[in-house]
Amino acid sequence: MEKFLDIRDLNVEFKSDRGTVKAVNHVSFHINKGETIGLVGETGAGKTTTALSIMKLVPGPHGKIKSGEVLFEGEDLLKKSEKDMRKIRGGKISMIFQDPMTSLNPVVTVGDQIAEVIKLHNEKKSRQEMKEKAKQMLELVGIPASRYGDYPHQFSGGMKQRVVIAIALACNPELLIADEPTTALDVTIQAQVLELMAKLKKELNTSMILITHDLGVVAGECDHVAIMYAGEIVEYGSLKDIYKETKHPYTIGLFRSIPNVDKKDTRLIPIPGLMPDPANLPKGCYFAPRCQNKLPECDTCHPETLEVSPGHFVKCLRVQKEVESHG
Amino acid sequence: MAEETRKNNPNAVEDISMYKKQSQFVQAWDRLRKNKVAIAGLVILVILILGGIFAEQLAPYGYDDQDVMRRFTAPCREFPFGTDNLGRCIYSRILYGARISLLIGFVATGMGAVAGTILGAFAGYYGSKTDNIIMRFCDVLQAIPSLLLAIAIAAALGSGLFNMMLAISIGAIPRYARTVRASILTVKDQEFIEAAHAIGASDARIILKHIFPNCLAPIIVQVTLGVAGSIINAASLSFIGLGVQAPTAEWGSMLSAGRQYVRDYWFVVMFPGLAIMTTILSLNLFGDGLRDALDPKLK
Amino acid sequence: MAEILRVEHLKKYFKTPAGLLHAVDDVSFSIEKGKTLGVVGESGCGKSTLGRTILHLLDSTDGKIYFEGQDITNVTKSQLKELRRNMQIIFQDPFSSLNPRMCVSEIIQEPLEIYKAYSDKKEMLRRVAELMNTVGLAPSLAGSYPHELDGGRRQRIGVARALAMNPKFIVCDEPVSALDVSIQAQILNLMQDLQEELGLTYVFITHNLSVVKHISDDILVMYLGKVVEYSSGEALFEHQYHPYTKALLAAIAIPDIDRQNERILLKGEISSPVNPRPGCRFAPRCEYCTAICRKKAPVMEEIVPGHFVACHHVRKINGMSEEK
Repeated sequence: MEKFLDIRDLNVEFKSDRGTVKAVNHVSFHINKGETIGLVGETGAGKTTTALSIMKLVPGPHGKIKSGEVLFEGEDLLKKSEKDMRKIRGGKISMIFQDPMTSLNPVVTVGDQIAEVIKLHNEKKSRQEMKEKAKQMLELVGIPASRYGDYPHQFSGGMKQRVVIAIALACNPELLIADEPTTALDVTIQAQVLELMAKLKKELNTSMILITHDLGVVAGECDHVAIMYAGEIVEYGSLKDIYKETKHPYTIGLFRSIPNVDKKDTRLIPIPGLMPDPANLPKGCYFAPRCQNKLPECDTCHPETLEVSPGHFVKCLRVQKEVESHG
Repeated sequence: MAEETRKNNPNAVEDISMYKKQSQFVQAWDRLRKNKVAIAGLVILVILILGGIFAEQLAPYGYDDQDVMRRFTAPCREFPFGTDNLGRCIYSRILYGARISLLIGFVATGMGAVAGTILGAFAGYYGSKTDNIIMRFCDVLQAIPSLLLAIAIAAALGSGLFNMMLAISIGAIPRYARTVRASILTVKDQEFIEAAHAIGASDARIILKHIFPNCLAPIIVQVTLGVAGSIINAASLSFIGLGVQAPTAEWGSMLSAGRQYVRDYWFVVMFPGLAIMTTILSLNLFGDGLRDALDPKLK
Repeated sequence: MAEILRVEHLKKYFKTPAGLLHAVDDVSFSIEKGKTLGVVGESGCGKSTLGRTILHLLDSTDGKIYFEGQDITNVTKSQLKELRRNMQIIFQDPFSSLNPRMCVSEIIQEPLEIYKAYSDKKEMLRRVAELMNTVGLAPSLAGSYPHELDGGRRQRIGVARALAMNPKFIVCDEPVSALDVSIQAQILNLMQDLQEELGLTYVFITHNLSVVKHISDDILVMYLGKVVEYSSGEALFEHQYHPYTKALLAAIAIPDIDRQNERILLKGEISSPVNPRPGCRFAPRCEYCTAICRKKAPVMEEIVPGHFVACHHVRKINGMSEEK
């Protein structure tokens, strides 16, 4: 399989009054055609910033992509001009945002909002053709085409998110970036939307980056998982690597923090403390201040990424030591 | 980390009185200080106020010292801003005028703001009928152009300094009432108000401790910007002869008196006009800076 | 065990331009002292309204509320103030539930001021410090403002404020929904510890089923203002009788790759609680819906001891013999 999207050593910074905030640090991962990767982490872990960097949409003037490459079908997107990027956004790569309430324009009918995306990327199509295509998209996401002329406020949250998905898929993108697509929705609606996304992804053979904080959603939807903490990927691997061969103490802590529906556990084991201030990251491992299993050198030495088994990468000194001692 | 050790030291209760909070006004001032434009506005304003207070010391002549022989003298060393149609020193009159103009600006705005805030607070907090009555009253006031309203009131009450301030302040009431009502409505729906109800706080406590401090910022900003409006209105009233009576120096009436000579003697209207403009500009700059500084969520 | 709160046929309707909104419609339950009742449901099912109506933050339309055996449905202002010493609430949003103009110690000491609990300022500050210690807030944060703190610490402030007057009963309205998982676990543990130490009784409102299972003794499942299923937490997760509860549990995304749910996908979305149609509220989305479901509202029935379900076809669906 070809590396369809390859992100190499991405670094993003924000300038603020309190100093430079390192939002994304040395992030590298890749996606193959038709695959889904889950980007998991808590608030402020740099998930959304990573996604915005792929689209070259890091909010300026404070934010800046410092270094790195985003190779999409062999071409570095970061070197592209704004004009070329506009062609790509919504065309080959499109994005779904978390909040369906605010990502639709309240004064334009949903049908016209879908048609607009189609128009921007296919200038040759006639008005009638675009309208037809928009109606097809509505049907595809399970909304009757007769609702083409309705305004967003006439739809419920789940329906709005369907419209957002229709807009994102209107130009048959090759890569779909979904930023917490179901967080704002109720569980039963979340199940519907996830089901729909999985089905459409299969039909259209789209690759997807699914950004979420919900390890349950990831388990059902993704092929690979990247766990992010303080702007870094601390663990990366296949679903099985992450869920069965969990290595990094942060990932382990995340799993322990979630109440288990199957077992009657009396107490959760939370990760103590808080995420470090991204403007003032610790010198050693970023997770060291909260790690209950750290070594003395964790406070001073920043770990390198280590491939513990084929395709399973971990950034932890203890894991590194254990691997070395086992030869 | 204290968060994690709570189970281990139930007796380790520290004296927290040493962790005094930093007053939010101190914090706001720190933020304001960093805003150079706002500070420039403040400095100009302070200079103008000082000019008014120390007019006697600073002005080379009295505001009513006439020298008819030297009327319409162009700005020179003796008369920095020239003289007017009666040969009075314009520079001195502007200094004395600052007293009246700034007084009108602040007092008229203050009266309007207090009345408007009280009305707006009642309308916003109690809602329904109270709200309707107060806001319709404000609608009526706003339906009349503010200057026209001020003219009507000033004409009815007769000219004079206090009547003019009253006329201007009544016209300003709806604006404050609306601002206060709107911000109370946003604050009222927040959960911390519900939380205050839940811990048994009385209505008075909720209004004074929870709602009012959170509405203060827009009121203060409105007031700083409103002072400028009041000065303009006062100038307009004086301009048409309903304000301060001669020979009292007031910027608007100076402008008004000079208007017939403007073709031949530019300085007669130029300097009073500049004084009004500078004051309003400084107030606007300061007001904008204040609005940013008073938002507690900004870091 | 002694019963602390009993709610009988509680109703809360709101007047809206479109008609009467049935936010809470005929809800009954009781809680024993020191226990936790979980109230689960999707947005718009009336769970938050239920919590607020119990606390008299909203006036009830009909029904009775008993607190420690006393009827508190209609109380005077001074009775209400007394009542609120004992009944408190923790809010969902740690951002909007704290006054941005007050610092941490001021927020926590406010209830103490209102009830004039201490005449001596020093003693009051000591109590504030004690409360901060109880919820695990560093003393050095006393002078900080809420916006300077993260969500987890803010929620701790909210907990400390609720605890200030030593209440017996706390309504927790989605207290962890706005928090990250690692912080969520910290707060859940804190709340469980406090329950143990202080003998608190909770009504825990949430949409998160994993959380509700973790913390609750009994669970009330709501749909559009009505209770559809009510039983002990263990029994509910063991076996769900109502088709809505079944779908709800099946929709949980479980963080385990071996145990992926067969999702029961519900048709459509929650309908409007304004002027609801007669019959079962869940009927439009229910796969077992028949004519009777559209005509007659089902009543709560004790299907097995301690397990109440409101569904006409509960026996048929669950393969049980009909009995009446």
